[in-house]
Amino acid sequence: MALVPARVSMPSEAKKGDAIEIKALVRHPMETGYRVDSVGQPIPRNILTRLTVTYNGVRVFRMEMHQGIAANPYLLIVLRANKSGELVFTWTGDQGTVITERKTLTVT
Amino acid sequence: MAGAAASSSEASSSSDEAMAVITNGAPVKRGRVTLTIPGVAENGLSVFTTIAAESPMTEADHVKEIHIISEKNPVPIIASFFFTPAMAEAKVATNIRLAASQKVTALAVMSDGSLWSDEKDIVVTIAACIDGG
Repeated sequence: MALVPARVSMPSEAKKGDAIEIKALVRHPMETGYRVDSVGQPIPRNILTRLTVTYNGVRVFRMEMHQGIAANPYLLIVLRANKSGELVFTWTGDQGTVITERKTLTVT
Repeated sequence: MAGAAASSSEASSSSDEAMAVITNGAPVKRGRVTLTIPGVAENGLSVFTTIAAESPMTEADHVKEIHIISEKNPVPIIASFFFTPAMAEAKVATNIRLAASQKVTALAVMSDGSLWSDEKDIVVTIAACIDGG
């Protein structure tokens, strides 16, 4: 796939205790399963159902998604900068979809 | 919720039922959570939505869950967000689909078990496609 499936935008550095905004965007059709194609065949459901965020291996946030989330799901969250380390964003969904994006955060 | 792959066709459960599953019959108060959506959406396929709940986000006192519930979408529950005290704020923004003009409800579950809600009416000019092209 030529296009990057997921993009996470956040500061790479922060002071301990800072609130940092994290914006996560993933490329996905979020096909509801309610539509039919041009010849009347139902289009099977294909949605992302979950996004988990871990911070140094600890799950700090989770989003459960249903058909009411728009295509190319976007999420903004606000994390407390605590320790330097790695944030891992993992989207999972129908048809065995798993998309992972990693970011490092340096806390001073 | 997990493994919801097989349950996509059950479109009949109402927003009240979706609320009841989350609240388990406990009383819901108005306040402490704010749902921000446009009053009019030209396109129901993607409606920018922000939800913020007032909370110190400490171990002893934090927001555990926020849910977005639709009155008229085929699946009443739009999304659920699960927080921990590692988050600085109980705030999320996302883009939702709305199948019709309707009431949208945000429901917050606090660490003490109390339930708080906010609701907004939104007029949708072009609804998100549900059936057909």
